[in-house]
Amino acid sequence: MLWACVLLPQLALDAVLRRRPDPDAPLALVGGPAQLRTLHAVNAAAAQAGLRAGMRLTAAHALLPDFATVDYDPQAETRAQRFLAAWAYRHSSLVSAQWPGCLVLEVRASFRLLGPWPRIEARLREELGLLGFQHRLALAPTPRAAHVFAGLRDGLAVMQPAAMAELLDRVPVRRARLPDDTGERLHRMGIRDLRTLRGLPRDGLRRRFGLPLLEHLDRLHGQADDPLAYYAPPDHFDARVELGYEVESHMALLFPLRRLVGDLCTCLSIRDGGVQRFVLRLEHEEGHTDVDVGLLAAEREPAMLFELTRHRLERVRIDRPVVGVRLLARELPPFVPAARDLFDTRPQQQLPWPQLRERLRARLGDDAVHRVAPAGDPRPERAWRRVQGDGGRIAQAPARPPRPAWLLPQPVPLRDPHPRIVSGPERLESGWWDGDDARRDYYVLETSQGQRAWAFAPPGEQGGWMLHGWFA
Amino acid sequence: MGAVVALDTLLAARTLWHAGRSAAIAADGEPTGHAALDALLPQGGWPRRALTELLLPADGVGELALLLPTLARFTQAGGTVAVIAPPYIPYAPAWQAAGVDLALLEIVEAAPRDALWAFEQCLRSGACAAVLGWPLHADGPALRRLQVAADSGECLGFALRDRRHAANPSPAALRLEAVRDAHAGTHWQVRKCRGGPAPARSFALAAH
Repeated sequence: MLWACVLLPQLALDAVLRRRPDPDAPLALVGGPAQLRTLHAVNAAAAQAGLRAGMRLTAAHALLPDFATVDYDPQAETRAQRFLAAWAYRHSSLVSAQWPGCLVLEVRASFRLLGPWPRIEARLREELGLLGFQHRLALAPTPRAAHVFAGLRDGLAVMQPAAMAELLDRVPVRRARLPDDTGERLHRMGIRDLRTLRGLPRDGLRRRFGLPLLEHLDRLHGQADDPLAYYAPPDHFDARVELGYEVESHMALLFPLRRLVGDLCTCLSIRDGGVQRFVLRLEHEEGHTDVDVGLLAAEREPAMLFELTRHRLERVRIDRPVVGVRLLARELPPFVPAARDLFDTRPQQQLPWPQLRERLRARLGDDAVHRVAPAGDPRPERAWRRVQGDGGRIAQAPARPPRPAWLLPQPVPLRDPHPRIVSGPERLESGWWDGDDARRDYYVLETSQGQRAWAFAPPGEQGGWMLHGWFA
Repeated sequence: MGAVVALDTLLAARTLWHAGRSAAIAADGEPTGHAALDALLPQGGWPRRALTELLLPADGVGELALLLPTLARFTQAGGTVAVIAPPYIPYAPAWQAAGVDLALLEIVEAAPRDALWAFEQCLRSGACAAVLGWPLHADGPALRRLQVAADSGECLGFALRDRRHAANPSPAALRLEAVRDAHAGTHWQVRKCRGGPAPARSFALAAH
């Protein structure tokens, strides 16, 4: 295995800068208690003015009166690292964000897909640059060695274990990322590099520095297994956009909605999943309004999901100002793309039926689109049923005398006073088992307008016609 | 002289035809399933990529008997047929007995206001082989939209309307009117058809 390490020297700062419209203006991250505010990190422009990390805020103001300050938030740093882990998951299936401020990913398995290391390296650098994160990259046969090398020199790539061992021997102990302050203590004892350290007797080292040091050394050289906590993409999606102002119209919600749906689809394509049901939560000052979006099949097309959600959103009345929008998808089922024939000559803009169905349902209501299927009951009003969704074979109806193509939802009195009887009667006596007893004589009638009616009368009578269908 | 248009181009575009001459029009229509009606229509069937209008004196005069063979053929070939806001319940046993594969028959329920929108969406999408609709309040521009949608979606649109609209012009490629005759029963009269003069003879459905 070959491990690449992406070291992020100023993760917290980059996470803030990439959201600002003017990243070149002087800016500092400020942390610490209210009485003792200190700079946590500064950007290039602030550093040029003499600001340094660790400086008091008052001292910094004395040096540079006008610079932007942002509160340092360790949570934001973790979030940014998780975001980058999701990004790295595109390039490798084994990604670990276990160590703070860096990512390690296994790249040998990706060589066949993405090309040799120089090409992957260029790709990683380009994408990180676009995302706006400062980075240092290194490659080594073990993850810990890659981590150490990334700290030593940007772009260092070692593929052979022998060469790695040789390089590691020359690494100063203070830069070898030894546990706790072991590196510093060893340095003061006069042990300058790893070669000397490895020459020392192991049991003595263990007694003096504890087991973690030996474990670290073994894992560094690949002599012991290095169990890493691998990144797994979350099995749900939850993103929120704070609006920062009060919104009372649908139009103003469309932009954040588009961004949320775009993020959702990125997440889905990374997971190779789809979404079938999600909630758009409009947050008010107090309480929230939920907009449920349900589909009959899993989808992940951003334009389609956006359009659907928009239709659902437009049907919701916004009676209170909205201050935030949140998109929650708890289940991300596998996505099965619709199979299309390569030589199918259909129009360019053709929309597959499932997508059209979702569009119709979004506007007309969830139950608007259905199919009909015959059922076994002899009573005409129960001899059919609605079928929602895909799949399922439709059974054959039992053989019966001719039935009309149109059925009235409720039998109504026939308005024609003197219909002509074409055929009949067909006696129906059924339903005694569920209390909805039906005793009718069905006739085919012709009305004066030329319509063929299917009507019934009480048994033995030929009058008081109740219309139940049309032979259209 | 932009106003001068060659006759040939007009003839080729079928906006102009020779009266009295049974022009050699490619019989590229969609077979209706009724041989007598196919023989009557200039294209030899339903016009493809177009809207067909059926004008009815009332519901249930045989309009489905006219359409069911076509719908059955489409569904059996794997095409989806959409029925938009039908006035009654399509009765599953009867449609199945007529040969329609119910797995591909989609019923869309919509309020009158939304029905026209749903009709156009289904026509335009290209996902359906045929779409049936009952545009109650459709005016000229709305029907034109439907006609254009049927053209771009390459499907057959059937608009079933009341007979009183027969007097109004319509952009539909084919208009059939159900005429009631005291002794001959209901028969279908072609009011307008693309590619030729409307035939004078009418078509009577076999007794149903």
